[in-house]
Amino acid sequence: MNRIRNILDFTLSSLLRRKGRNISLIVVYSFVVFILASVIFFTQALRKEASIILRGAPELIVQKVTAGRHDLVPERYIEKIRNIPGVTSVKGRHWGYYFDPIAGANYTIIAVNDPNRLHDINLPDIKKGNIIIGSGISRLRILHTGDSMPFRAYDGTPLYLKVTGLFPSESELVASDIILMTEEDFRALFGTPSGYFTDMTVNIRNPVEIPTIAKKINDLMPDTRPIVRDEILRTYDSVMNWRSGIIMMIFLGALAAFIIFAWDRATGLSAEEKREIGILKAIGWETSDVIMMKFWEGLVVSISSFLTGIILAYIHVFFTSSSLFKPVLMGWSVLYPEFRLTPFIDAYQIVTLFFLVVLPYTIATIVPSWRAATVDPDSVMR
Amino acid sequence: MRKSSFFMIVIIIGIAIMSLLFIHSCVMIKKVERGILLKAEIVKVLGLTDLCIFTEARYTRNPSVADLHTPFQDHPLSLEHFPSGSLIAPSGRLKR
Amino acid sequence: MIRLRDITKVFNSGRPSEFTALRGISVDIELSRVTVLKGPSGSGKTTLLSIIGCMSRPTTGRIWISEREVTSLPERFLTGIKRNTFGFVFQQFNLIRGITVLENIMLPAYTSGEEMKDIRKRALELVRLFNLHGKDSSKIEWLSGGEQQRVAIARAMINNPSIIIADEPTAHLDTKLSEEFMGYMEMLKKIGKTIIIASHDPAVYESDIIDRVLNMRDGFLHSEGI
Repeated sequence: MNRIRNILDFTLSSLLRRKGRNISLIVVYSFVVFILASVIFFTQALRKEASIILRGAPELIVQKVTAGRHDLVPERYIEKIRNIPGVTSVKGRHWGYYFDPIAGANYTIIAVNDPNRLHDINLPDIKKGNIIIGSGISRLRILHTGDSMPFRAYDGTPLYLKVTGLFPSESELVASDIILMTEEDFRALFGTPSGYFTDMTVNIRNPVEIPTIAKKINDLMPDTRPIVRDEILRTYDSVMNWRSGIIMMIFLGALAAFIIFAWDRATGLSAEEKREIGILKAIGWETSDVIMMKFWEGLVVSISSFLTGIILAYIHVFFTSSSLFKPVLMGWSVLYPEFRLTPFIDAYQIVTLFFLVVLPYTIATIVPSWRAATVDPDSVMR
Repeated sequence: MRKSSFFMIVIIIGIAIMSLLFIHSCVMIKKVERGILLKAEIVKVLGLTDLCIFTEARYTRNPSVADLHTPFQDHPLSLEHFPSGSLIAPSGRLKR
Repeated sequence: MIRLRDITKVFNSGRPSEFTALRGISVDIELSRVTVLKGPSGSGKTTLLSIIGCMSRPTTGRIWISEREVTSLPERFLTGIKRNTFGFVFQQFNLIRGITVLENIMLPAYTSGEEMKDIRKRALELVRLFNLHGKDSSKIEWLSGGEQQRVAIARAMINNPSIIIADEPTAHLDTKLSEEFMGYMEMLKKIGKTIIIASHDPAVYESDIIDRVLNMRDGFLHSEGI
């Protein structure tokens, strides 16, 4: 073990000789690891949280389609669906989007049809003229409980609604842009005719029956489009999946960076390096000693980069809410949720990243030296 | 101090920090359990279908229930909304 | 005693560039003496040194070091013997740039499995012995030619070898430094080391401490004497 440690000492001395070069190497490599790990942490946490949160989404959503476009659902459809065996409840939803020209942001407006259930989520009652807004809106328009919020109704008339409650900040990820109001106010704002809903949610007792019931609904009312919860969850399973554009760019960038390193190494050792290996062999180092030195060289750089990158990535994603990704994620949105994600980590991904970061680089450091390491020390004498 | 000792200490500190962060992760998960359950409850009560991530366009806000034609409604050329289109794949059912 | 019998060395055998460096060398070299291999360049001095020092193997012939035959020893035994028996001083010094004097001296012992502190202790003694005080943490590049020479000798001594082999050690030194070098060889001889030097420098082969001169030419051992 002394031998291993002594060789490590020499390797470190050797690396320190070209301090600038090796430190920049570690910095760059750490950055690559940082970006990769940040993406991994972010997507994993988001995915996991989505799968938990959206588990309670309705088993089935039914929309009506007219001329290929989304249309309002008439009340009578609800009764038809309710009679299908296996359906526990059917509810009509009133919801829509409101564009606020002042802020340039889109809000999601939801009419509350069951005010009693608001207590379950720690929100106050809603009466006509009152609204509960999400924390994103509160931040954006600087609105608090008691403030009045102006709207422009479908017919151009102004509509003022009073903020009587705020969604708690923990609800950012689901309710950042939501405004809750009464059905009456909803109709006043959007002008939707009574007897019609935006869409319907269907609760089904046995999840296995969902596809069957979806098909039945389609048969009964061919102008409907049922959306199954499974499809909803799958959308989030593939969020920032490696196939998506920007993520692919990031991975390709990282791959390019790595190939540059490996190329630099693989195109052979410099004359200086060859000479030094020759000297080491001449003074008594064996081939295995030289290989071990190269192994340490690769390991020192790659492990340092890995640890630095991954620690910074964790801090970046979970302590600074992925601040560096903000411009990318935000896009054109004006209302941007604060990504205070829960640190759901997948250890398997971290181990894979470790092997990906350390192994190829270390091997790329050893292999080109193999030849030089087996050289006859005699040649150095000359 | 020997260079190898220094390096070993740095690595051990690195691993220690990693372990601390791992513990942080476990602690935080426990801590925000309530918040997560609250979100799940909100989803259930309000019958939500999507997380509020991309609010720049109607069909990016609720991609699961997006209308096939909404992208065209925004603007004839806005087939894609940047960057959400690059980050989130179209909902499975839309491909059918 | 170092015994050599019928040592030949052929390079690039079978190819157009085939070259015979040594032809049937047989000689006995006494221990604890200073022996010089004298001859022009190309005479095979370096090749012979490298074979004696177990750095390369002869094409034919046998070698015994203190009654022990080394030519047929497998690689792994040879390494240990080599490390503890021989110390080399190269013509170009061959020191590693960018690291300190002390580390250069300690380097050959790194792979022996010894503890660093023991190696370091010996290295510091050698620093003292070769008058390199205060320079032990300096980088090699800052040293003068003479100082580098001393570091090279000190390095050769780190594993406490019984035989020192030097190849044209005074080639890059002026008269004064050459004399200094021979002074150090005298010191080593006094403590019982066997010294074999290859040189065509009169400052070396005409020195008082030389016990024997072997003349070489074209791969042959020509004559003896001074």
